Amino acid sequence: MMPIKYSIKSAAKAIVTNKSRSFLTILGIVIGIAAIILIMSIGRGTAKLILGELSGMGAETIVIRPGREPKGPSDIPQTIFADSLKSRDVDALRKKSNVPTLADIAPAVIVPGSVSYGNETYKPTIFGWSADFMRDAFNINPVEGRFFDESEIKNRADVVIIGAKVKRELFGNADAVGENIKIKNKKFRVIGILPSRGQISFLNLDDMVIVPYTTAQLYLLGITHFHEIVVKATDPTVVERTVRDIQLTLRESHGITDPAKDDFFVVTQEGLVKQIGNIMSGLTLFLSLVVAIALVVGGIGVMNIMLVSVTERTREIGLRKALGATEKDIMLQFLLEATMLTLIGGAVGIMLGAIGAFIFPIVLSFATGLDWSFSFPVVAAVLGLGVSASVGFIFGIYPAYQASKKSPMEALRYE
Amino acid sequence: MALLEVKDLEKTYFNEGVSTPAIRGVSFEVNKGEFVAVMGPSGSGKSTLLHILGFLDGATRGEYRFDGKTMDDYSQEEIARIRNEKMGFIFQTFNLLPRTSVLENVKLPLLYSGVAESLWDGMAKKAIDAVGLSRRLEHESSQLSGGEKQRVAIARALVNDPQVIFADEPTGNLDSKSGQLVMEILQRLNEESGHTIILITHETYTAEHAERVIHLYDGLVKSDGRVNHRLKAKEFTK
Repeated sequence: MMPIKYSIKSAAKAIVTNKSRSFLTILGIVIGIAAIILIMSIGRGTAKLILGELSGMGAETIVIRPGREPKGPSDIPQTIFADSLKSRDVDALRKKSNVPTLADIAPAVIVPGSVSYGNETYKPTIFGWSADFMRDAFNINPVEGRFFDESEIKNRADVVIIGAKVKRELFGNADAVGENIKIKNKKFRVIGILPSRGQISFLNLDDMVIVPYTTAQLYLLGITHFHEIVVKATDPTVVERTVRDIQLTLRESHGITDPAKDDFFVVTQEGLVKQIGNIMSGLTLFLSLVVAIALVVGGIGVMNIMLVSVTERTREIGLRKALGATEKDIMLQFLLEATMLTLIGGAVGIMLGAIGAFIFPIVLSFATGLDWSFSFPVVAAVLGLGVSASVGFIFGIYPAYQASKKSPMEALRYE
Repeated sequence: MALLEVKDLEKTYFNEGVSTPAIRGVSFEVNKGEFVAVMGPSGSGKSTLLHILGFLDGATRGEYRFDGKTMDDYSQEEIARIRNEKMGFIFQTFNLLPRTSVLENVKLPLLYSGVAESLWDGMAKKAIDAVGLSRRLEHESSQLSGGEKQRVAIARALVNDPQVIFADEPTGNLDSKSGQLVMEILQRLNEESGHTIILITHETYTAEHAERVIHLYDGLVKSDGRVNHRLKAKEFTK
């Protein structure tokens, strides 16, 4: 059997001799592997970003939403229009005997609509909330003015706190605190301005407008229920217990005996993290499938070109056999050639993918203002090399077999 | 014992139901150290005969023994080994590997042999020296003239020190001067090193460099005899 050094040398020679053909042959593999690296890298960056933002929100934060936990897109309307969370629920939850580990509670409503000041109109995200919760849960304080207090919530005061961008859109550089703005044609006095913090979890702080939830319920929406209730547990370690207590309390107050018939659901950071993990792995799986198809197509390309190459080199194969090469020798030579070819493709793909994965977060960070980070998926790179080599090997078997079966005599006769 | 024994050999090609006889019953023996030319016009079956003698193809009927054994006595791998160690091939179209140096071309059979790698360069250089191309060692095959290419091919056939060299129209693609040089080398290999040589040709002039000529015609031996006035190629000078 031929020493491996010479086999590699002869395979490398065959690849280099037909540079442009070799390049076209491995293009499919290059793209496939580059796609794997890019997707994995960006996926990881995204997961890191989301998880980082989530942990910034505080692990002890628990959100209660009305309706049933959405398992698919069709469940979402049901959640939005559900009206099962009322103020008596908030009162029940506030009772120490019901949920002893509850530190703070804030019901919230979302108001669709726009705000205006003079001739300026802007469409922010309008929340009816209790402002002190922002301070307690997220450690956010107004840069100007103040938050509204309990008595203002109780009295349904016409006061509003606006985000930095909302302030800029409506007032420009002029003072905003003390001015009146209109929400759905109702006057609100600006009492505070939020600091410019950008995105926090799924909320853009700069784009927010907060009014007392009581005011929003009565004057802006005309409803008595809440869109969500945000609860803070006394400590991150008691979240699970708090969730259980919340569920028991709400079931009792709603007269539900079967947990399957719950008309509310509880979302925790942990659950969210898990959910995001599920989404990410599902997405990765799907994309991997797409890439796998791309690699199979690439492999077929390799097989095609190898078959052409075998036909073209009939004379060379015949010569080698006449000079004493066995079928095994020939088979090995062509298998090695195909494997080396795709391995090179894999290496080039990893390099291109890494370059893409390096540039992408920079562009994205610049475009969105989010802090995307570059992370090189080492496992994916190693896997990519293995996969590309395997593709070459597997799709090289048939052409290599064809080559090994060529008769030395037929081969020498070939003109 | 003869090195090559051919007895009542027949070869018929079957193609799409049509059978074409190429060799129709041929018998002869070749002893060790003989220089035999197989001559005949195209279609006489001489190429087919060479394929059978070189263990590249099997016979339809009859028997061919090389060194006392038939092709059926060996496995595929053993046949490859015999071709590698005991037979050398020279082709009309040279069949050198393109974009490969003279040295690497000559080493090619060694790659498939059991010879230790450390000996390869020495063996290849010795064979190249024997055909007078030592100064062309690192030249690529495409940089050589036709005559030089065929000499490289001879060196490649020699490198494993085979018992027999099969030369299929070795001068067919060469000008007369280069052809003459090739014949000189073959004669010298036969006389000085005792190599058995089977030369296939359709030219009487070339055939008369051998000591014995077998005439094939329509797949049969027309005549088999010694060359009366054997042509001696000029004394080979390195």
